[in-house]
Amino acid sequence: MAVLGQSIDTVRTGEGESLPLAARLHEWVVTVDHKRLGLMYIASALVFFLVAGSMAALMRIQLAVPLNGFLGPNTFNRLMTMHGTTMVFFVGMPMFFGFANYLVPLQIGARDLAFPRLNAFGFWMFLFGGLLLYFSFLGAEGLYGAGSAPDVGWFAYAPLTSRAFSRGNSTDYWILGILLSGVGSTATAINLVTTILTMRCPGMTLRRMPLFVWIMLVDAALVLFILSPLAAAQVMLLFDRFLGAHFFDTQAGGSAVLWQHFFWFFGHPEVYVLILPAFAIASEIIPVFSRKPLFGYPVMVAATVCIGFISMGVWAHHMFTVGLDPATNTFFAASTMAIAVPTGIKIFNWLGTMWGGRIRFRVPMLWCTAFLLEFVIAGLTGVMLAVVPFDWQLSDTYFVVAHFHFVLIGGLLFNLFAAIYFWFPKATGRMLDERLGRLHFFWFVLGFNLTFLPMHVPGLLGMPRRIYTYQPGRGWEIWNMVTTLGVAVQVIGLLFFLWNVVSSLRAGAPAGDDPWDAWTLEWATTSPPPEYNFESVPTVHSRRPLWDLKHPDDPDGRWE
Amino acid sequence: MIASAHDAEAVDDLHAWKGRIGMACLIAAETSFFGVFIVAYLFYRGKSATGPQPADVLSTPLLATICLLSSSVTISLAVRALRAGLHGAFRIWWLATIALGASFLAATALEWRELIFGRGLTIATNLFGTTFYALVGFHALHVTLGLTMLAFVLGAALRGRLGAEHAEHAEVLSWYWHFVDAVWVAVLAVVYLGR
Repeated sequence: MAVLGQSIDTVRTGEGESLPLAARLHEWVVTVDHKRLGLMYIASALVFFLVAGSMAALMRIQLAVPLNGFLGPNTFNRLMTMHGTTMVFFVGMPMFFGFANYLVPLQIGARDLAFPRLNAFGFWMFLFGGLLLYFSFLGAEGLYGAGSAPDVGWFAYAPLTSRAFSRGNSTDYWILGILLSGVGSTATAINLVTTILTMRCPGMTLRRMPLFVWIMLVDAALVLFILSPLAAAQVMLLFDRFLGAHFFDTQAGGSAVLWQHFFWFFGHPEVYVLILPAFAIASEIIPVFSRKPLFGYPVMVAATVCIGFISMGVWAHHMFTVGLDPATNTFFAASTMAIAVPTGIKIFNWLGTMWGGRIRFRVPMLWCTAFLLEFVIAGLTGVMLAVVPFDWQLSDTYFVVAHFHFVLIGGLLFNLFAAIYFWFPKATGRMLDERLGRLHFFWFVLGFNLTFLPMHVPGLLGMPRRIYTYQPGRGWEIWNMVTTLGVAVQVIGLLFFLWNVVSSLRAGAPAGDDPWDAWTLEWATTSPPPEYNFESVPTVHSRRPLWDLKHPDDPDGRWE
Repeated sequence: MIASAHDAEAVDDLHAWKGRIGMACLIAAETSFFGVFIVAYLFYRGKSATGPQPADVLSTPLLATICLLSSSVTISLAVRALRAGLHGAFRIWWLATIALGASFLAATALEWRELIFGRGLTIATNLFGTTFYALVGFHALHVTLGLTMLAFVLGAALRGRLGAEHAEHAEVLSWYWHFVDAVWVAVLAVVYLGR
């Protein structure tokens, strides 16, 4: 099927293989190729994922039994802050940019992003931002003998972040690490929007763009609008801490609530920035394994754009317990419920795609199917929390923790696994092992539900989040013990995954160009694709260019 | 099926828009950034626990405003001249833009000197000082960055390395400059006229 990507390659075969290790590493450092940068994004995100996941495991050990002495309160606060910050900024975001980087140019038939050097800049800003955050473990004590890693929680509420309560430099590392990586994220978002709007191959109108690319366009635009407000708020905090400014200083009339508004104006759309790539992935994988075109493509695009807009108007649902006036609470409760509508439309469209299809339950499809089920639970608890009195009761309890872990693991991570199984053959030329993949799926889904389904209950029973230990006799013990055991089961699943990646890289079955019989352009070139992606610029006539190529007797374009 | 020659032409047209769309995206992000500082300024308006208040110390910077707004006109004339291949006119208008931008910065510097040393208003004095210096300071920083980029272009022009083929680059840069101007109009309305 490699109709578009061969032959020049034959001149260059073997190049790179023969180079010494240092030279090959150097190639990765200086590269501006979107595929290499994409892989580096994904690989770094996986490393950060393992680090922050280990932190979660440590916290779960501490919480397994009441009055446990495994971790002290200071350590617990640091782990909690670093876990949340890392998972959002250095796992979720780079996963988005990694997959967008790798796939967007391939799917729109372009050679690279619009600004390749800006792309490399974005990646290195992200990576060094993350390293700066982690350097705080060594460097943040400063001259005060206080604090190492940040311990103010991932949303760093004022006035806890003021000089008086946060001595040393740990909070400054939190600010600067995120600020730097945010500059990189904004640069990459600019790059993605420009690429998608200007670099599409002939025939690839906006109406024929793969839904993956559409969602990435909306997602990148969202990043543009929400990351700079976070940067602005963080600069204000820096001014407060270093120049004696009063933005969040209540003694001089400043407002701690303003920080919450600024943070959540970023923070809630950020949740959609993280989950939209999951939707993008599901929208590519479910049709291929249902052997049907995506159901309701225009509605899916409209729903995505709606989510983008509405997501910027829901932020104060994180602040119902602050004491805003009833009108504000009502508005944000209504907008929060409203955003469930386009999201629900998507769920039904994926189901509509599967309906009547010849479904093949290969590993990517298994993950996407599990995603549909888990994400409905996540969405339902989300709508419950949008009800203001219900939120008053359960805000800052483990119910909320269980809710957003269902979103970010059952929603995002499941689809990231699906994407890795689906596109690994394209990026490496080798298949991931199906049997190990199923073991990974089984153990991880079991462990995930064992961890996070029971976690709702201590929340309902009143267990607050962020406590490092608790008294016995409140009915929380059994739920916490099960939750912690679930983590161990998840770890078993992850070990199968890691083993699968390592062994398949060495000796996986050769993938060929188009192992899944898929329809988008990335499967038209070789696996892995050559540096220039396509030998000749492809021309497309429908939403499924490869279908047209494989079935010239019945091209899709006829039905458009 | 559409003729591919037609398509290829359309694709080339789109490629020419790379710079403009990239700059538009940057402007969107920057608008968000300034939006937060403007919201903070308005939120804290009149809430300073101690003086001085804006009405006590601020006066409308008429001359600086005229300088900055007219520099938007001169940069447009410069880009038009470059497009037409009139290199002499380009240099004059471009230099005029830099001079006007620099005068604006000088006016800001004088204003700040008076505020800090004459009136005793610093970023740590009260909420007005905090929000005022942050907002006006970030705008001035953007003017400075713009001037730096304008100076690079001037350097290239003086060494004869700038041709009509670079008009698109100059155009994209001028968008940034217009944006900085537009932010100033907002700052003027919120901070100075609304004092």
